[in-house]
Amino acid sequence: MNLFGAGFAWILAPRHWVTTAEGSGIGDALVHHLFLTAVSVLITVVIAGPLGLYIGHTGRFRRVAIGASNAARALPTLGLLSALILLLGIGDVPPVVVLVVLGIPPLLAGAYAGLESLDRQTIDAARAVGMTEFQILRKVEIPLAAPLLLGGLRAAALQIVATVALASVFGLQSLGTFIIDGLAQADYVKMTAGAILVAALALLLDGVLAVVQRLVGPRGVSRGTDRHRTTARDGKKPVALTQDAH
Amino acid sequence: MIEFRSVTKQYADGTRAVSEFSAVIPSRKTTVFVGSSGCGKTTLLRMINRMVDPTEGVIEIDGHDIAATEPVALRRSIGYVMQNSGLLPHRRVIDNIATVLLLTRVPKAEAHARALELLDTVGLDRALANRYPGELSGGQQQRVGVARGLAANPNILLMDEPFGAVDPIVRTDLQAETIRLQRELDKTIVFVTHDIDEAFLLGDQVIILEKGATIAQQGSPEEILANPASDFVASFIGADRGKRRLTVSADVPARGDDVLLIDAGGYAAGVISAPGGKLASGSASPKSRSVSNKTSQAGDA
Repeated sequence: MNLFGAGFAWILAPRHWVTTAEGSGIGDALVHHLFLTAVSVLITVVIAGPLGLYIGHTGRFRRVAIGASNAARALPTLGLLSALILLLGIGDVPPVVVLVVLGIPPLLAGAYAGLESLDRQTIDAARAVGMTEFQILRKVEIPLAAPLLLGGLRAAALQIVATVALASVFGLQSLGTFIIDGLAQADYVKMTAGAILVAALALLLDGVLAVVQRLVGPRGVSRGTDRHRTTARDGKKPVALTQDAH
Repeated sequence: MIEFRSVTKQYADGTRAVSEFSAVIPSRKTTVFVGSSGCGKTTLLRMINRMVDPTEGVIEIDGHDIAATEPVALRRSIGYVMQNSGLLPHRRVIDNIATVLLLTRVPKAEAHARALELLDTVGLDRALANRYPGELSGGQQQRVGVARGLAANPNILLMDEPFGAVDPIVRTDLQAETIRLQRELDKTIVFVTHDIDEAFLLGDQVIILEKGATIAQQGSPEEILANPASDFVASFIGADRGKRRLTVSADVPARGDDVLLIDAGGYAAGVISAPGGKLASGSASPKSRSVSNKTSQAGDA
């Protein structure tokens, strides 16, 4: 059996799902992995959401935000995590801080790019008929930019969920635990299983957010796209007929 | 009545969009600001609802300095129609029209009922109420834009090149509708255009502007046509190219009771009725144009 097959078999074995004296089970690791992800995404949204909307709406501090985002992206995640753990000790706080730093740039970029992509005339008209700035944001900008805002959230969540595994380097429980332990124990099947679990969780989360992203599309706008898609699909029909004829 | 008193708008970089502009816009009439791009006409219009604040000078509406009115409240009390309709693409037609009413906390049912009435007013089928703006033609979108401008029953309607982006036939329809609406609803309309023919068609008062919103000439279309104040005005209205001076064509024989008219350049400009070979004398009702021959139903779908 190849390594992948063995990895899947390892995951499917019920005894690997419960925590024993030998080590963490998948269940506990998954729960803590999701916990770290959820807390980090939440804090990222609370910080970067309003900031991104403010920058996108006003156009102010755009350069500062881009500079800071790029700087944050350049930070070595593992290095930052090590430094914070040395400073604050082992616990959930250091990885959450690192994950938030990692998640802010894509979310921020999604927010301000989303608002900037909107037609200036639409915003101008909303203001001219008497919407307050906050009403413009809530009733016009956010609904119209929703797919791009969600896109930023999706990118941030994906980065975070995949990077949580790093916390296990310092003994914190996550799906990365199996990778780290597997490496230490030269148990490559366990390591592969860990990698598969991290990847699968990331894909699952991304898939869910992709569906949400489609659903939040503003109706009057996405309809045009739908019509486009229908035409494209209709366009394929003659091809299918030709194939039938052969 | 809207009064501009020595209004100046200077931007931070030193450019003066408007300098020392003074004018009175009478109530229940249509006043048209006309001029080339960059002459400051749109800036003037946007000062009336405080989308732009003047750096100097005072603008009064019925004697009240608008600088003392909160911009959002002021804008809700003034209708605004812009080029490309400016409708919210994610809201249905009915919600777009009701925007201002809903902002001012009119109950939804009442706001929607009013929006449906306004569809009638601007000559659109009520069946369009549940469509999204993207599903309408350009002309229909402009009508919805006008309906939205009228929703809160404002005394003043600002129209910023509203028909600039629609084709000539639809534009003619919409111009006729504007004349009809002004007559029926008795609004003070301030209209901005770069098209002098549109200005003469719609305006009771036409203000021709040069760069910096300097008034080149102000008056009724008849006054301006009969007596251009400067070479600039003559050029702007086409008088210098002979476009406004028509003569009976000597070369083309009359067809029926119509005689062909040519402008000074020799181009065909229109016909004049001449029953029995005699030119008919000018009618005394110059304002009867364009409304009668257009249906009130939207023909621009």
